[in-house]
Amino acid sequence: MSGQKIGVYVCHCGSNINGVVNCSKVAEEAAQLDGVVVSKDYKYMCSDPGQEMIKADIKEKGLDRVVVAACSPRMHEPTFRKALEGGGLNGYLLEMANIREHVSWVTKDKEEATKKALALVKGAVNRVKYHQPIEEKEVPVNDATLVIGAGIAGIQAALQVAEAGHKVYLIEKKQYIGGNMAKFDKTFPTLDCAACILTPKMVDVGQNPNIELYTSSEVIKVDGYVGNFTVTVKEKPRYINHEKCTGCGDCATACIMKNRIPHEFDEGLSKRGAAYIPFPQAVPLKAVIDDQNCLLLTRKKCTLACVKACGRKAINFNQHETIHEFNVGSIILATGFDLFDAKRAPQYGYGRYPNVINGLQFERMTNASGPTSGHILLEDGTEPKSVAIIHCVGSRDENYNKYCSRVCCMSSVKFAHMVKDHTDAEVYEFYIDMRTFGKGYEEFYNRVQEEGVHFIRGKGAEVAQKNGRLVVKAEDTLLGQYREIPVDLVILNTALEPRVDAEKVAQTLGISRSADGFFLESHIKLDPVTTTTDGIYLAGCCQSPKDIPDSVAQGSAAASQSLAIIATGKVKISPISASVDENQCAGCRICVGLCPYRAIKLNEETLRAEINQAVCKGCGTCAAACPSGAIKVSHFDNDQLLAQIEGVLA
Amino acid sequence: MANKLKLAIYWAAACGGCDVAILDTDEKILNIAEAADIVLWPIAMDFKYEDLYKMEPGSIDVCLYNGAVRTSEQEELARALRDRSNVMVAFGACASWGGIPGLANLVTREEIFNTVYKETVTTINEDDIRPATNYQGSHGELHLPKIYDRVWSLDQVVDVDYYVPGCPPTPETIWTAVEAIVTGNLPPKGSVIGGTKSLCDTCEREKTEKKITQFKRPFEIIADPKKCLLEQGLVCCGPVTRDGCGHRCTNNNMPCRGCYGPSEKVNDQGARLLNAIASIMDVKDEKSAAELAATWEDPAGTAYRFGLPKSLIFDYKKGGK
Repeated sequence: MSGQKIGVYVCHCGSNINGVVNCSKVAEEAAQLDGVVVSKDYKYMCSDPGQEMIKADIKEKGLDRVVVAACSPRMHEPTFRKALEGGGLNGYLLEMANIREHVSWVTKDKEEATKKALALVKGAVNRVKYHQPIEEKEVPVNDATLVIGAGIAGIQAALQVAEAGHKVYLIEKKQYIGGNMAKFDKTFPTLDCAACILTPKMVDVGQNPNIELYTSSEVIKVDGYVGNFTVTVKEKPRYINHEKCTGCGDCATACIMKNRIPHEFDEGLSKRGAAYIPFPQAVPLKAVIDDQNCLLLTRKKCTLACVKACGRKAINFNQHETIHEFNVGSIILATGFDLFDAKRAPQYGYGRYPNVINGLQFERMTNASGPTSGHILLEDGTEPKSVAIIHCVGSRDENYNKYCSRVCCMSSVKFAHMVKDHTDAEVYEFYIDMRTFGKGYEEFYNRVQEEGVHFIRGKGAEVAQKNGRLVVKAEDTLLGQYREIPVDLVILNTALEPRVDAEKVAQTLGISRSADGFFLESHIKLDPVTTTTDGIYLAGCCQSPKDIPDSVAQGSAAASQSLAIIATGKVKISPISASVDENQCAGCRICVGLCPYRAIKLNEETLRAEINQAVCKGCGTCAAACPSGAIKVSHFDNDQLLAQIEGVLA
Repeated sequence: MANKLKLAIYWAAACGGCDVAILDTDEKILNIAEAADIVLWPIAMDFKYEDLYKMEPGSIDVCLYNGAVRTSEQEELARALRDRSNVMVAFGACASWGGIPGLANLVTREEIFNTVYKETVTTINEDDIRPATNYQGSHGELHLPKIYDRVWSLDQVVDVDYYVPGCPPTPETIWTAVEAIVTGNLPPKGSVIGGTKSLCDTCEREKTEKKITQFKRPFEIIADPKKCLLEQGLVCCGPVTRDGCGHRCTNNNMPCRGCYGPSEKVNDQGARLLNAIASIMDVKDEKSAAELAATWEDPAGTAYRFGLPKSLIFDYKKGGK
């Protein structure tokens, strides 16, 4: 590895790096390293002049390798690869040393920082000597899109792709679409009714010829890669023939289990039968048979009242689950959120005391088509005279979720307005901080303050029962006083959490989750819609808690990502991949089950492992596990890594 | 008999099994004796070191050096033999990678001394006498070899031409090596006498899905003789170990211990095995991983049974960095 001409460029990143690292010293010392012919430091390497400097040096000084010591390669590796290509070098003859996130941002000690920056540069210089040119591959794109989850974010994304003239497969686990938003009554800050704005979109989904809707369905397998995914979907039997069912509800009226099963759509506030219509505006508006509670399906014994009641003979208990397979170019994941179960915070009495409800239950209560026909009622059927609303139940709490659920302040303010609007009750809101940051939100908050709601700054600590009445205990931090406020109804505004099956979904799709459990975006600021797996995009609350405007915006953004790759017609796939050295592979099979992308198969004839290059993402799992060192990941091989380590330690 | 090979055999930090293994070539030992003049073999013949020191550089054709280097005497002899030998062979696992004595590198010399000269229940050493390099006896001063801080493989001390793996090397492997030397049909310098791939390549046990749900030790189960031992929960070093031993252990339903050292492309036998085992543990999260891993008895001693001094962190030349 001699005779190479390496250029080293140390970026100041304004004062981001140079404020802590002595960049000119790093550049000076790097100039002394074996093989380095140019070593410079510059204010902004990613700027035009910075990139031009690299291009010019490649041409004039004949550089054949480049090291850029700057920020994380996540952001600017593509930038500098392009700069190398502009100078006539293969982009993979670049190595970046991360002296910002790994150095200047994590210490104030200038001397140590400079030392570490130099060590990383030495590692990078040592490593780049072993880099080989790699050509990127292009593959054609399938123009269909899979959307998983038909809440508002998924619906928005599906409609937008479909309206642009492309096929969409929309998969929904529940028997109907609309997600959580379909349960809401009014929406903040403008107080439009959720159904009025959502139902037209739901109907559009049902009618758009480009959208193939699969309800009661789940994605069980995803193979392939960006542009060419093969998706397997399992559709559960509904025991209803959709062609024949008109959604009249005769079966629901006839079902002998009628009014015995808590209705999920009403958050348990009403009861339904085993055969039922989910809600009046449901799409598709078809009856549902609940296989967990139907007597025929669970105990094989029933009078079959529903079958007799159905004039259209739409009920068919011989249906089986069906498996569908689709080929799509991109996948939009919009699986939404689960509500924090308030029973996990027993201090609030949820499930123990009557008249302690959560936010979604309140939404159902105020909804005109809900269980109380829009009346706010206590369990005894009377109207409350005072109502407490507690923010941050399960959010901003070390014991449950550290994050802010973002929507609860505004929905709590909306709840207060609804109580004021529907009843004469006094309303007490217990909040830590009031976060009303969106368009028109602060104005809405001001309006509700003027309606006479009592805002108490202090987290509701406990809900107790005293003399047969609920009492909310809290420290009012503005008064500096402990308070106990007796109320009739308590609304717990609970956290938005990742779906319970988020891990399973993440594994099925081969994507990652962040520490809070939500799906991980590729860059929280600059790439909040794409995942670390190319061709899989995120929309709505599955990425982080969001309100409706943000969910819709992200749904649109995900749709345009999908449309962008359809429009290009082809995608570049990462050329970094693993390969098996047949002369070393002993066929032990350790690697076969490990590949998260299922790219490895054992060739039964040669008894050697084989890696499908088109599917391999170059993650390195197999190379690390391969006991005989037969698997090599291009751009991350042993020679490169060991040289880098030696450089860092030198 | 002037054309006979001049052969030296030396025993350093080892159990003596390698020397015995040479005898285990049975009647072929006669062929060896016919082809070679033995100029040094402390276990079998009476030579003095001073006889060795009188020999000229290059006067020994082949030296089979078994055992690791752990004392100043062993180093001195390694250097003396290297100077006088045209071909230096690291003979057996200890000379090649440190072997079983190399496990001493898991602890310090002081810890070992404390255990041996102080802490064991049967030790009575009230004066806390420790090994010393000088001893003033009634007949004068005695000099004893120094015990080093760590154990070295032979190639970390002197230049090595070939490696004969095994604990001990099998008679077949020894014979292959001897034949190559006698006929002059030598492989490239640095070669290891054995296969290039791992043991799994020629292992005929049925392999299906690799998943470890529970670690087992050989005495705990009677392993299915047809199925992959690793898949039965026995930690088998076969996947990381060089082929060429003739499957002595696995043929007898015992997992491979790794004595033929790392296969060709493996740079750290123990780390490779740890990585591979960790990858196939059937666990969901960190907690279950920790629970399952805790049931693996002595992972360091299993994975590095023969190769600790040649692992990445210990692999540097004596006196180097």
